[in-house]
This record gives sequence, structure tokens and C-alpha cells, in this order.
Amino acid sequence: MSADRPRPGPAPPPSDASEARRAAEAAEAVSPQAFQDRWTAMLRRHGTSLHPTKVAALGARTAVMICEGRLGAAAAALVGAHFTDPDLLVEAVELLRGAPSGEAGRADGSPEGDPAGAFAAAWAIALRERTLRQQETIRTAADVARREAEQALHASEARFRALFEHAAVGIGVGSVEGEILAANRSLLEMFGARLEDLRGRAVTDLVHPEDTPEIWQAYEDLIGGKRESFQCDKPYYRQDGEVVWTHLTVSLIRDEDGTPRYQVAMLEDITDRYRLQERLAHQATHDPLTGLPNRAAFFERLEELFATASPGSHFGLCYIDLDRFKIVNDSLGHATGDQLLVEVAGRLATALGPLGHTVARLGGDEFVVLLEHCDGEHDAVAAARAVLGALREPILIDGHKLAVGASVGVLERPVGTITPGAAVRAADLTLYRAKEAGGARWTLYDARTNAEAVSRYTVSVRLPMALDRGEFFLEYQPLCSLADGSLAAVEALVRWRHPLLGVLRPDEFVPAAEETGLILPLGRWILNQACAQAADWQRRYGAKAPQVNVNITARQARSKGLVADIGRILADTGLEPGLLQLEITEGTALGPHDESLRNLNILVDKGITLAVDDFGTGWSNLAYLRDLPLSGIKLSSSFIGDPATGSAPESDVAWRIVGGLADLARSLGLTLTAEGVETLETAERLRALGCAWGQGWYFGRPVMPEQLEELFLANPYKSDE
Amino acid sequence: MAGHTWQTWSPSWVDLETPNAARVYDYYLGGSHNFEADRRMARQAVEQWPDLPKIMRANRAFLRRSVQYLAAEGFTRFLDIGSGIPTLGPVHEVARELQPDARVVYVDRDPVAVAHSQLMLAEDPLSRVVQADVTEPEELLARPDVADLLAAGERVGLLLIAVLHFVPDTYRPHALVARLRDALPPGSALVLCHACREGRPDQVGPHQDIYARTRTPLTMRGHQEIGRFFDGFTLVDPGLVYLTQWRPDTPEAVGPHPERLPGLVGVGLLP
Repeated sequence: MSADRPRPGPAPPPSDASEARRAAEAAEAVSPQAFQDRWTAMLRRHGTSLHPTKVAALGARTAVMICEGRLGAAAAALVGAHFTDPDLLVEAVELLRGAPSGEAGRADGSPEGDPAGAFAAAWAIALRERTLRQQETIRTAADVARREAEQALHASEARFRALFEHAAVGIGVGSVEGEILAANRSLLEMFGARLEDLRGRAVTDLVHPEDTPEIWQAYEDLIGGKRESFQCDKPYYRQDGEVVWTHLTVSLIRDEDGTPRYQVAMLEDITDRYRLQERLAHQATHDPLTGLPNRAAFFERLEELFATASPGSHFGLCYIDLDRFKIVNDSLGHATGDQLLVEVAGRLATALGPLGHTVARLGGDEFVVLLEHCDGEHDAVAAARAVLGALREPILIDGHKLAVGASVGVLERPVGTITPGAAVRAADLTLYRAKEAGGARWTLYDARTNAEAVSRYTVSVRLPMALDRGEFFLEYQPLCSLADGSLAAVEALVRWRHPLLGVLRPDEFVPAAEETGLILPLGRWILNQACAQAADWQRRYGAKAPQVNVNITARQARSKGLVADIGRILADTGLEPGLLQLEITEGTALGPHDESLRNLNILVDKGITLAVDDFGTGWSNLAYLRDLPLSGIKLSSSFIGDPATGSAPESDVAWRIVGGLADLARSLGLTLTAEGVETLETAERLRALGCAWGQGWYFGRPVMPEQLEELFLANPYKSDE
Repeated sequence: MAGHTWQTWSPSWVDLETPNAARVYDYYLGGSHNFEADRRMARQAVEQWPDLPKIMRANRAFLRRSVQYLAAEGFTRFLDIGSGIPTLGPVHEVARELQPDARVVYVDRDPVAVAHSQLMLAEDPLSRVVQADVTEPEELLARPDVADLLAAGERVGLLLIAVLHFVPDTYRPHALVARLRDALPPGSALVLCHACREGRPDQVGPHQDIYARTRTPLTMRGHQEIGRFFDGFTLVDPGLVYLTQWRPDTPEAVGPHPERLPGLVGVGLLP
């Protein structure tokens, strides 16, 4: 407080006389103008956002009010203009003690004679009023805001609720503990359940036997907070026990802190789609007439078995053909035939299904039983007996008592020793032996008779026309120098793409062709093809073109046309005779006056070379080496055991024979080729023993000519040196 | 607009337990439009920085002077973003002393401040109150009242007074201002007041700490950063200055230490 400020003494008791005196004293102490100046200066010091002229106007107005004794009005005006600091009140009271307030105190009914006190009281009241008013306003504003927010929230909730309830997809909400909390209408309809049926149940109750373990692992990860969502197709049991298939999406809902709180499942009913897919899949793999797995499904199952079976396990096949089906079909019509097939299928499934075997219909009246686990021939035979037993009782259709026996070919083999196609073929041919024997019986597979049957069957049925139909083709297998691995020659190998049996190898049809004489046109075709190919290589690769080895059989060797045929072929193709080597087998029995010896000598005279194939498997008559104009010997692969696995003494002897033959061949000027070279170790050992060439999977399998050409480029052989 | 849809689907909740910048500001100015949580925080802030009430009054005085300036320049439209609880000398009152038909759209994101303003302005046909957030300019500009104000093509005074320092850098405040600028008719003005670091560097850390607990953390910025908000505008004299230095009512009003009230202010005009 500044010292020069007027300091009126304490107010005396009120009386008319003292009032007049005090007013006079006050007026003496401070003029109204001086008071107003000090008052306004006080307001400026308080600090305000008002314009200075406004502060001046407010100061003037309130100073006049004070002078007029309207202290309450002055206080209210100041508070209203936000002059509310307590410091201001202190200053105002100080000032008022010297105010020209003759009228002060009366007009407002404030404590008489004490304008400072009266102002303080009025200021307090005004401030309190203002505070209450503002608190009320801000409360009201808060209430309004809160109400609007609640309404908006309700509206939003109602929208979400409607969205939830009326969504076309099923939605369920569960706790992370796995308790179902809510389910919408679509979900209830999907499950055929009421909310009470689901609420409170555990999500894990909704397990279905077809659920994969991955689904529930994903679920555990989700509620454990380790993943945010997962999707899958999953079946559920409806309340009525039916199954509903759904496309399920489960998401994790976290709270603001990131703690998992809820799981939300969205389910789309895909039962119809699923059933359709299932039906399509069934149709693709099942015979529509009998409902049994069809040919495609059977082969798929067989391939799968071959791919997954543990080593050493055995499988069995029963190839079934009905004995008198054709008669039924022809005499009673297809409808009856179909009914018969349905009945047979039913009986087979009933008889063999319980044994764990698969019954399939391959087509027509042919069925097959697959024994995925077979302990031996007796198992396969038991299955065949079960087949015959199932068909023993006549079948009654439309009043006809139909006795349809069956023939069964039974095959039992270790998995991996035969391809699926060959296995079925073998079982089929075994079946034919049963049929030939009169039917109504089973026959067990036998390797030798099977081979004969294959040949007989394939040759007698198909071979004559196969050549015309272009069913043969040649593959070429490389013969490589053991010294440096370079390509030395190729052996042409004939293949028969049989329309029913698949690709057949020469040993499956050449013997039959030989027997029937069909080998002659086939052999010509082979020579023609191989020489054309070799000539093409000769033109394209020149000195790098490989020698081509072509097998000829004994019958070919004896044939009168051989020399002429080869002469014409060489002329037609332009092949240099030195690039053609003929391979004959030991079986090509030769005597000194044999026609074949003459033929071969003429051919060798023309520049063609000659090698003996499969040496060491027959009688290995060393007279060949003397009598025949040979250039090479091909050593049977049976000599070349795997040096790592062969039993020591045996393989030791075999290797010594190889070594001896290598010496012999070298001294006779013959090229020794080892067949069946499968490993680097074998190749190394053969090379060390002095064997010249090798042939086998180590150097390359038989391939189409285009693939072989890739080998040329990768491995230029016969360098120009 | 996706943002709009979401806004109406997730209404903001009214929280009176957390201090709110608008109500704390009211307390600094001596008002009672506040709740215990606001007062507790404001008392703590003032204890630490006793100049705060003075700063807020100076801030308010700048608002008055700048609006008076624009009204004198013929502006009749004002968009006050972050208007808070405009009790003493609100924009429409100041402007109408010179432009009786002045229209003002008040914008704040706090639902209580908006409700309060609506109660206050219920009878005023030329004022509007909109709840929107400066950090969502597309939505803000799409509000019918805001769009109407800008659609006429008349110059608009955009007021961003003591609001951008409540926008953290992660919201890219300069881009937000640029977006608003691009929506303004030619010749419009930006009025800016922003807490700055340079005036009282000793207070920057503690003061920001106090606000860090609120839903409106404070980011005091440097002179250059604040100046960049005027990109595209031409600053009128005296440029970007401390609160009391901008066109003072009287020369004495500046005071001996203008930097003790460390708010940088300026008014810029669009071509």
C-alpha cells in the first residue's frame, strides 16, 4: 500500500451530524476525480483483456457508483468484467477507506458508515453468485453433452445391435475363457438352437470329429493372444444332430491395454456348397451305377499306397471278372445286367468291406479288391475265396435266378517291386488263366506264367496292328567311355505304347514277336527308325555323332531279307555303316553253317559292326569269340553287383571274372561294355579293371532322342583329337 | 466419408474426471466453468508458473485486438477453431462492435465446451457451434455450418488461437493448417497464437509434463516451426511476435519483458 494513499480513520457511529462531517472530510481528502483515477489505475493493474478505453469507462462508471453509494452495483460490475482477483479486493478496500462516499452505505442498505466493508460484502456476494451461475452453466453443459453422447451411444449401440442381430452371417461372441456369451439370429438358425442352448456353453464343446488338429491349435493360439484371427471350414452339430458345414472366421478382440477380452466368430453356412463339392468328388471317384470307387479312384489309392507304404510291406490284388455276365446282358437286357452288377457290387462290398479291403469297379463286369495290408498269399487267397463265396448264391432279379460265377486273379507282392500299372496288368492276366481253366475259380499270380501270358496276350491280340497304328517308339540309352565319361554310343530300345497296358518294354513283347514271326516287320521298322535317327545325328554333329546299337533277334539274324533290308536302309538314310552296330544275344544259336553267320559276315564286310549282348547269362560259348566277326562284348548287368553291398566272396569272384574278361577282350581287340552301371564306385572299379565302356543309370536312362541331344551338348564326346 | 461414419458410430464420451484444456483455460482467466480435476491441475500449473493467468489474459487480449483489426479491415466472417469456453469477449461480441452482422462459427472438439457454447449462443442467429477436431480437417470442413461459412466466397478470418500447441507432431499440424488454408476464400486471414519454446525455456519441460496427463498434451514449438504455419499467407505488421507486441492498444501495454509471456502471435493474409 502506498503511503500517500488517503487513510480515513475508523468510521464514527452513524448520526446526521457526523455523516455530514465525514463526507466533508472525505471530500477534502480525495476529490471524486482523484478517486476515480486511482480506482481506474487499480483496475489496470489487475490485468485484463479489455481495451484500455473500456477499462477507463468501467473505472469511471464504478467510481461514480461508489460515490453514489451504490457499492453493490459497483462490485457486481467488476465481477461481471472478470475483475475477480482477491488482491483487487484488498486494494479496493484500501481505496474505499478514503473514498468520497458520503452517500455510501445507505442506498444499498449495506452496513452503514463502512463503504469498504459494504463493498467487500457486495463483491463477495457478486462473486459467489457468479460462481454459482457459472458452475450451474458448466454442469448443465456437461449434462447436455453427456446426454447427447449417451444418445449417440445408444443410437450407435442400436445400430450395432441391429447389425449383429440381422447380419446374414452367423456371429457369436465368446470370452477368452471359452464361454459363449452371445449369438445372433443367423447363428441360432444355423445351429437350430435357442440362445439358451448356446449361452454359457464352452466353445470347445462344439468339436466335431472331422475337425483337424490345426483348427483347435489355431483356436488355442487365438485365445492365448498369440494370433489375431484364423479362418477355416468347419462342421458343427446342429441341435437336432444334423451337421452344418461353415466357413469360420474367428477374431480376437483386445481391450485398450491390448489384453485379449473376447473372441468373435463369424460363420457362413456352406453346407450346400460343401455337399455339392462332396457329391462332385464322389462322382469323380465313384461308379455311378454301383456306388463303388471307380477305376480312377482305385488307381489313385494304389499309387498312394505305393508312395506311402513302409518298406517290406505287402499288398494284394484280386482281379474279378464275372463268368456269365455277357450271356445275362445279351439275353435279359442291359437293365437286368445293370441290376446284376449293382447286386454283385453290394455283395462284394458286404463280404470284403469288413475285412478292411477296398472294392472297386474297373468297368464292365470287372471288379478289383485291394488289400492294403497283406500278410502273405494266404490273405490274398482268403479274399479271393470270400469273393467267390459272396457270389455262390444265385442272384434273383425280376424273377430270374441268375447264377453268376466269377474268375479271380490273385496277386500278392511286396510293395515297391512292381509298378501299380504292372500289378494290375499282372492280376488281369492271372485272371485270364482262371478263365481259361473254366472260370468259377481263383488263380494265383506266377511270374513266369505271367510273362508268358503277357506276351501271348499282348502279341496275339494287338501286336499285328500296333505297327500300323504307330504304337511303337524308340528310346536311346547312352554308352559312355569309362575313361572320361564321354558319350561313345547309344543303344536303341523299342517301346510299345499299349493303349490298355501302358508303355511296354521289349522283354514284354519281343519274345512273342519272335515266336510269331512278327519280329521281322517290327525289326525292320526299328532298324529304319534307328538308322534314320543316327543319320540325322551324323549330319548335324559330324564326327561327334554317336554309334547306334540296334538289337536283332535270332530270327532276324537268320532271315533272308536282313542283308538286303539293312543295305536299303543304309542307302535310304545315308548312314555311314560304321555308325551302326548290331547287338545279338547268346541265344542267337549259331552253328558254323548257320544262315545267320553268313548274313552277319556280309554285314560286317559292309562296315557294320557286331557285338554280343548279355554276355555271361547263357552258355557263354567262347566259340563265338572265335567264329563271329565281333567288335564288342556287352557284359550282363548280373556281374556288376554294387561293390558296397554285394556279399564279399561272391562279388569278389564276379569282379575277378570281369577283370579276366576285360583282359580277354583287350587281347582280342574287342570293346567290353559293362551293363547295369548304377554308381560312380562301380564305374571307377570297372575303369580300373580295364573295361572300356559302361551303360546304365549312372550314365543315363533310356530317353527320347531330343533329351539325348541335350546330353551331346552338355558332354561333347569323341573329341577331335 | 469414412471418418464421418466412424465418428457417428463411436461417440466421444464425456469425461469430467480428466482435466480439459478449455476448462483449465477458463480457470486461469478467473472463471468458474470448470470442475475439480481442472482446478487441481490449473492450481498446480500456476504454482509452478505464476505468470500463467497473465499469459492467458494477454492471449485473450490478442484475440480481441486481432479480431478488432480484421473487423476494421472489413471481415464479417470468422471461423474460431478451438474456441473453448468463450466467456469474456467472445469473437462475435468483439467483431460486432465494428461489424454488426458478423457471423462466427465456433469449433471445438470437447463436447462440454460445445454444449456450453450452444447454451450461451442459443439466441444468437449469426453464431454457430460445431463439434469437430482440427486434426480431422476433412470432416471439419464438411460440417454444414463450416461449409456454409466458406461457401459464400467472402473473406474469412480463421482463428487458431492457443489450439495448435495441443496438436502433436504426429498429426502433422502444418499439413492440417495447409488443408484449412486451401479451403479458405481468397483474401482470408489466419490468426495464430502458439506457445513457444524460446521465451521461457525453463518452463517448457515442466509445463508440457503437466499437460502430458491430460487428453490434450502440449507441444511448445520454436519460432521457425510456428512461422511455417503461415506458409502461403503474408504476415501483416508487426509479423510474428510475442503476445503483447502485436499492435498493442497503448505503447505501455507491451511491458518491459514481452518474452515472459511466451506466446507467438501473428495475423497473415491470403492473396
